[in-house]
Amino acid sequence: MSTLTPPRASHPDAPTGHKPEAGRVGGGLFDPKRLVKSFPDALRKLDPRVMVKSPVMFVVLVGSVVTTALAIKNPGDWFGWAITAWLWLTTIFANLAEAVAEGRGKAQADTLRKAKTDTVARRLTKDGTGEERTPGTELRTGDLVVCEAGDVIPGDGDVVEGVASVDESAITGESAPVIRESGGDRCAVTGGTKVLSDRIVIKITTKPGETFIDRMINLVEGTARQKTPNEIALNILLASLTIVFLLAVVTLKPFAIYAGADQQTSMIVLTALLVCLIPTTIGALLSAIGIAGMDRLVQRNVLAMSGRAVEAAGDVSTLLLDKTGTITLGNRQASEFVPVRGTTEAEVADAAQLSSLTDETPEGRSVVVLAKEKYGLRERHQGELAHATWIEFTAQTRMSGVDVGGRKVRKGAAGSVVAWVEEQGGRVAADAQGLTDAISQAGGTPLLVAVKDDEGARVLGVIHLKDVVKEGMRERFDELRRMGIKTIMITGDNPLTARAIAEEAGVDDFLAEATPEDKMALIKREQAGGKLVAMTGDGTNDAPALAQADVGVAMNTGTSAAKEAGNMVDLDSDPTKLIEIVEIGKQLLITRGALTTFSLANDVAKYFAIIPAMFAVAYPSLDKLNIMGLASPESAILSAVVFNALIIIALVPLALKGVRYRPSSADSMLRRNLGLYGLGGLVAPFLGIKLIDLLLTLIPGIG
Amino acid sequence: MSPVLAGVLQLLALLVALGLSYRPLGDHMAKVYSSEKYYKPEKWIYKAIGANPNVGMRWPAYLRGVLAFSAVSVLFLYLLQRVQGSLPGSLGFVSIDPDQAFNTAASFVANTNWQSYYGEQAMGHVVQTGGLAVQNFVSAAVGMAVAVALVRGFASSRSGELGNFWADLVRGTVRILLPISVVGALVLVACGAIQNFSGIHEVGQFTGGSQQWNGGAVASQEVIKELGTNGGGYFNANSAHPFENPNGLSNLFEVYLILIIPFALTRTFGRMVGSLKQGYAILGTMAVIWLGFTALMMWTEFAGRGPAFELAGGAMEGKETRFGIGASAIFSVATTLTSTGAVNSFHSSNTGFGGGINLLGMQLGEIAPGGVGSGLYGMLIMAVIAVFLAGLMVGRTPEYLGKKIGTREIKFTALYILITPALVLCFTAASFVLDTPVNSMTNSGAHGFSEILYAYTSGANNNGSAFAGLNADTQWFNSTIGIAMLLGRFLPMVFVLALAGSLAEQAPVPETAGTLRTEKPLFTGLLVGSIMIITGLTYFPALALGPLAEGLAA
Repeated sequence: MSTLTPPRASHPDAPTGHKPEAGRVGGGLFDPKRLVKSFPDALRKLDPRVMVKSPVMFVVLVGSVVTTALAIKNPGDWFGWAITAWLWLTTIFANLAEAVAEGRGKAQADTLRKAKTDTVARRLTKDGTGEERTPGTELRTGDLVVCEAGDVIPGDGDVVEGVASVDESAITGESAPVIRESGGDRCAVTGGTKVLSDRIVIKITTKPGETFIDRMINLVEGTARQKTPNEIALNILLASLTIVFLLAVVTLKPFAIYAGADQQTSMIVLTALLVCLIPTTIGALLSAIGIAGMDRLVQRNVLAMSGRAVEAAGDVSTLLLDKTGTITLGNRQASEFVPVRGTTEAEVADAAQLSSLTDETPEGRSVVVLAKEKYGLRERHQGELAHATWIEFTAQTRMSGVDVGGRKVRKGAAGSVVAWVEEQGGRVAADAQGLTDAISQAGGTPLLVAVKDDEGARVLGVIHLKDVVKEGMRERFDELRRMGIKTIMITGDNPLTARAIAEEAGVDDFLAEATPEDKMALIKREQAGGKLVAMTGDGTNDAPALAQADVGVAMNTGTSAAKEAGNMVDLDSDPTKLIEIVEIGKQLLITRGALTTFSLANDVAKYFAIIPAMFAVAYPSLDKLNIMGLASPESAILSAVVFNALIIIALVPLALKGVRYRPSSADSMLRRNLGLYGLGGLVAPFLGIKLIDLLLTLIPGIG
Repeated sequence: MSPVLAGVLQLLALLVALGLSYRPLGDHMAKVYSSEKYYKPEKWIYKAIGANPNVGMRWPAYLRGVLAFSAVSVLFLYLLQRVQGSLPGSLGFVSIDPDQAFNTAASFVANTNWQSYYGEQAMGHVVQTGGLAVQNFVSAAVGMAVAVALVRGFASSRSGELGNFWADLVRGTVRILLPISVVGALVLVACGAIQNFSGIHEVGQFTGGSQQWNGGAVASQEVIKELGTNGGGYFNANSAHPFENPNGLSNLFEVYLILIIPFALTRTFGRMVGSLKQGYAILGTMAVIWLGFTALMMWTEFAGRGPAFELAGGAMEGKETRFGIGASAIFSVATTLTSTGAVNSFHSSNTGFGGGINLLGMQLGEIAPGGVGSGLYGMLIMAVIAVFLAGLMVGRTPEYLGKKIGTREIKFTALYILITPALVLCFTAASFVLDTPVNSMTNSGAHGFSEILYAYTSGANNNGSAFAGLNADTQWFNSTIGIAMLLGRFLPMVFVLALAGSLAEQAPVPETAGTLRTEKPLFTGLLVGSIMIITGLTYFPALALGPLAEGLAA
């Protein structure tokens, strides 16, 4: 199964907006066939040295061994064999859950290993005069290697010379090549990716064996998986409950002897009771839940360097979001044409479009588009106008335009256009200044449109350029607020502009004219208040902040410094994904809590099945506790054990997919999950055990 | 008035009285434990014991204070009993045997007040008033101190300090327990309880023959016995004795004394953590369990089936006619849901279910409202577990009152909940495995089983009440119950203080919409459920073989 080309997340530059399905944490695919496929792995995990890591399941393993021995001693006892078989199945089901969860990662790791085929590097000799061919595994940090079109990059590093297009599909699954160039924030290259054009010199930054691809293999395979803090805490609680129930069952024997129920409380029955009482459901699924949580991130092309980071994501209470690319589309766009007194909007639109035809900047193009969309002005092509002199936009003139016939049209930065009008002997409309100021104050950028014709040079009006907030962001931020997460927009804009965009997007706060130091200070301030902070970043100057943040998501397009500093890497380089990461973190914790609650609530019904079965002979009054009306003591105990085993398999899909998660307040989430998994956990086993008992009585000789 | 109505009216009167004192007492205690002023007599005490009340203690220091003070107390009480025979004012009683002296010393220091002796036939004025009554005060003050230390753990930010044990001990005794006791003793005397230092009187009976009556400082000991949730009676009959508990009014007043501090501490807690609502949520949890248990107890005792019950209008065996079924039910639930263990009726004579309610009440850990101090910290421990489960279910690392419940915190909590079940179940099981302990039982079958289960449940949970019928004055029971009482009292304190220390080191996490709201009824419901499932289920098999088998057979 190839998992390296998962469904693509939307391209960062496309107006993604909020798509209800895509924005939710959906379930991964669960294929029942994988249960069968992972069966051998599950058997292999029966090794006590592996099992001992999960105290709950280790107790079940010991119980299985004990009942097996007893069954062998007394081979004629069908009940002993039946209990033994189901105890082994309980253990195997638990291992199966983990094996299935790991299976997906294994397949992915195999594909990655293929990309890691040993390459031969062309290393520049120390004196810089020539090249030598070295195996990729012998490269050291600081080595300079040369890659040309067709070469596979031998190791992680930064481009120090040249520019090239690189195929990174081996890692990201994205087939479109990306540009990597020396200097700036796009200098990082990853070993195993392929240079498609040109020649670059790369400075190796990572030792072989510790490269990005190596780490990725470890991560998806789960070999590097360590228990997360919450998982450890939960394990401690489960171990403690296991000991309590162990005591309750062990001490029951002398009580039973006193009560005259020695016969009914054989070692096999007591073992069955113990296994039913200890929280096997959550104990069996705990590690599968953790692995599946990491896997859900990988499915979204996010690599978490530790499970701790995923958990921290669920706890995040402050999100730092870069304005450009995350909140806004990334480029300013023309949003309206404002005429000065005595001109019409249409006139302005016409002149603006005409003068922008040569302006290939995104802003320029947006003017043409707006004129077309709003005023129905057909986009004219430069060739259509004969004898026209086109003035291209340059960073120096900050103006573009066209001279056709006797008419000169110009569009550009306010200062440049005013200077041009005055130079042409015209006058600047009195209200032009007021209009540009108003746009500036609203956080936009004004561009002036001017013309010189028979009536002389004059300003026609103003183009309002503004940052366009991605569709659906406001709803997304409202949602985050309901989840108790504060969003802070980070931008290099001045406070005025920043405020306007912040208000439009609906973020809670903003940091304007942000320098890396400001960002760092903001993170520290939030953390000092006890908050966990998440952020995205790609530049080298983001690295300290990424390292400081509790969840630092580095963009894969970013520098290796940034990737090194963050604790997650987004292979799609989509900053919006931070929100999804938070949701996945929460979903992981909820799944654990829900299944623990379910597991504990199950015990009530099991008591009602087993206690009367054990003691109704000694104290006939206790038969009144058999409220399920189970057929016989044997069938009652067996039904409880069977239910206990089957519920594990039944919940594997839930453990892998995670419980359904919708962003909402803690209150409504608790109400829902408590109702579903708490009350559900109380009721379900009553029904389940009764049903199994009914089926068991159909077997001749039972009941 | 029907007895049922009388019982309900008494319960209502009790509720009103508790409601009236809840705010002032809770606020007063918060003020006492937050105050930085020291009164003259307190300063003398600090000087005498060489303690500086202004030093903030981290948890190990606080714990050392608790343990050192308690160890000295056990030793002192033990020696006092051992030399009783040579002390003046001992009414001619001899020195107590080593195993019983150990049991009694452990019992009173551990705030249990399990009594394997007959007060009026073994203990003179010096031991009763100079030893036992003193422990009634200070063992209660130690419990409150530990609870307050845990509350400070929640309330403080990054300091790691839990306050000063000596200051808490002294202030708790001098400013809370003593003043209420003085007033309370006067009320009891007004009701007819005795307060003197007279000796033993030989009194003739109407029916012929004679009876011995002891005098003693009974009212003063009675009040702190209830107020400090101690429970050790001056007389063997405990609060069923007319000198301790003369009439219906004194009976109601004693129940009130049992419950005021444990309930009001929830307000102290709310005040100290800066959110009264959080205190109300804990109060709500305690009240739901307490009222539920009381209602069940009244139902089973009034509905007691069988010809004898019907004739008496319910299960009157073992109950005082001057109290009746209602008042006895209220008292027995209050005493077993707190660590009091005083009795005004014989729990062993309760219906099967009634005895089960008493047992379960203690087995829940005596947290509704629980012993003075121990009830609050026991309930907060359960709240931490409930928060852990619920916190995960809202998708965050669980946090309670702004403090994260991480690995360290869960570790201490998990150890805490292990202790009493381990003590109760292991000692009970051992008693059935060995040959001799079973000989102490005076009943067979399920009821006999309940006697021993009750003894260890009562000891390990520091309750002190007994399921009469068991002869507990044997070496086995004196020693093992003594150990159960000490371990059941002080091991949990170790983990409570360790938890408090760990919480105190944390900086609080600000509350957001994503935070679990622990002051809402939903959480209270969850907490009640967690308590029932986690602690209740541990004992289900044992309860099935005792009170359930008995109750269901009726």
